Amino acid sequence: MKHIVTINKANLKESAQKGGCGNCQASCQSACKTSCTVANQKCERDEK
Amino acid sequence: MIHKYALGGLYIVLDVNSGGVHIVDKLTYDLLDYAAPPFAEECPQEILAALPQHDPAEVRECYKELAALCEEKILFSPDEYEKFAKFTVASPIKAMCLHISHDCNLRCKYCFASTGDFGTGRKLMPVETGKKAIDFLLERSGDRKNLELDFFGGEPLMNFDAVKEIVRYARRRETEYGKNFRFTITTNGMLLTDDKIEFINREMSNVVLSIDGRKEVNDRMRPTPGGQGSYDVILPKFKKLVDARSRDRDWYVRGTFTKYNLDFSEDVFSLYEAGFDQISVEPVVADPKLGYAITEEDLPKVFAEYERLSQRLLENDKNGKHFNFFHFMIDLDQGPCAVKRLRGCGCGNEYVAITPDGDIYPCHQFVGKEEYKMGNLDEGTFNEDMKKDFAEAHIYNKPKCRECWARFYCSGGCNANNYEYMGDIHTAHDLSCEMEKKRVECAIMIQAVKSLERGEAE
Repeated sequence: MKHIVTINKANLKESAQKGGCGNCQASCQSACKTSCTVANQKCERDEK
Repeated sequence: MIHKYALGGLYIVLDVNSGGVHIVDKLTYDLLDYAAPPFAEECPQEILAALPQHDPAEVRECYKELAALCEEKILFSPDEYEKFAKFTVASPIKAMCLHISHDCNLRCKYCFASTGDFGTGRKLMPVETGKKAIDFLLERSGDRKNLELDFFGGEPLMNFDAVKEIVRYARRRETEYGKNFRFTITTNGMLLTDDKIEFINREMSNVVLSIDGRKEVNDRMRPTPGGQGSYDVILPKFKKLVDARSRDRDWYVRGTFTKYNLDFSEDVFSLYEAGFDQISVEPVVADPKLGYAITEEDLPKVFAEYERLSQRLLENDKNGKHFNFFHFMIDLDQGPCAVKRLRGCGCGNEYVAITPDGDIYPCHQFVGKEEYKMGNLDEGTFNEDMKKDFAEAHIYNKPKCRECWARFYCSGGCNANNYEYMGDIHTAHDLSCEMEKKRVECAIMIQAVKSLERGEAE
């Protein structure tokens, strides 16, 4: 494309289909105690 | 839904529901004020007329590019996740904040825990209560393998013998249950010794080291009970801990900024210059009547400072001086799944806090709010209805969140802040939202710049 550059896989929908295993970290445990930022966590599913 | 913004010399378009991030030119950026689905075969005349500053041929071409991305479902894609919101309603409990000490040896002026005792009297948690908490977590954890346990306070090092004994107990029981405990400790560092550092670095998956940045900033807000500054005591101890820590294990220095240091990027860099490259500095959340509270009038300064910090971080990266700023860390491809993103921290549902008396609360921030006491370990009580209420506090049940472009990044924010300042866990705390949105914009911009530099974009 000439006017637009897409920089990622835009795979949120796909992640929902395989998601919800619950193995990931609880988000407020650690370096943020009030300013919730979930998007900085890792997926910990064994097989993606 | 899309969110578009200009930052760091880029025009950025976020497709909220697919997570797609697009860097666009000024023409596209302007065109998106008018173009939206359903897209026509050709760019409508009224849109061309609305953009007289741009060449019509270019506008037509650009319109087709937008239509193609829409067709690909990475622009204006629909929100199809509400059906997943019920997924974790019956979730096991997998994380716990263990209030090992409701006492503290500092008197931090912004402390939400009323100088350490949460307003409930100075107490240390008995080992037996800690063991009961471990049993509770093991029994309630269902098929979750990784269990997180944060030793919290007050100041946990004031009850460190209990910490050691509870860790030993948990290590023995995790084998029986086939689980893996990940311990974290959050400390002000005053009582750190070589022995404690050795134990912490061996047993704790994560360590959070509380320090606010520049010496004068730290000492103003984090004095001892006698009014002395804490910086000169804690800095060498933190350095020692970090230097001795294995590089593959997590740790953070963590600070709080207030109205007194709205130039907080200086504190982030002060921490970096002091030798720390894993840094979290976040805004105080406080009653607006208090002198140090960040209020709406401070937001322009806070936003400018986040922008400044992101630029300085990028410059540092270029010069090989990389550090992590916790609140700008974002993985645009392999982050948490959409299901996780519907419900944030999981407090009161997947995550609970335990007090020295064995009382159970949704999280550390609710401790002392009697109406949110969920049960007690000695009494064997646990309020399943309240657990369900928290499980259902997802973004689709939070009116402001369900309309917000940042909903899949902050996931509904902090329920405790919502309750404390808005009176309802479902009502987003606007001030926190504004700052979170700015952090997300900066975090995405940083990734966009890095991606363009690497030449990975398609």
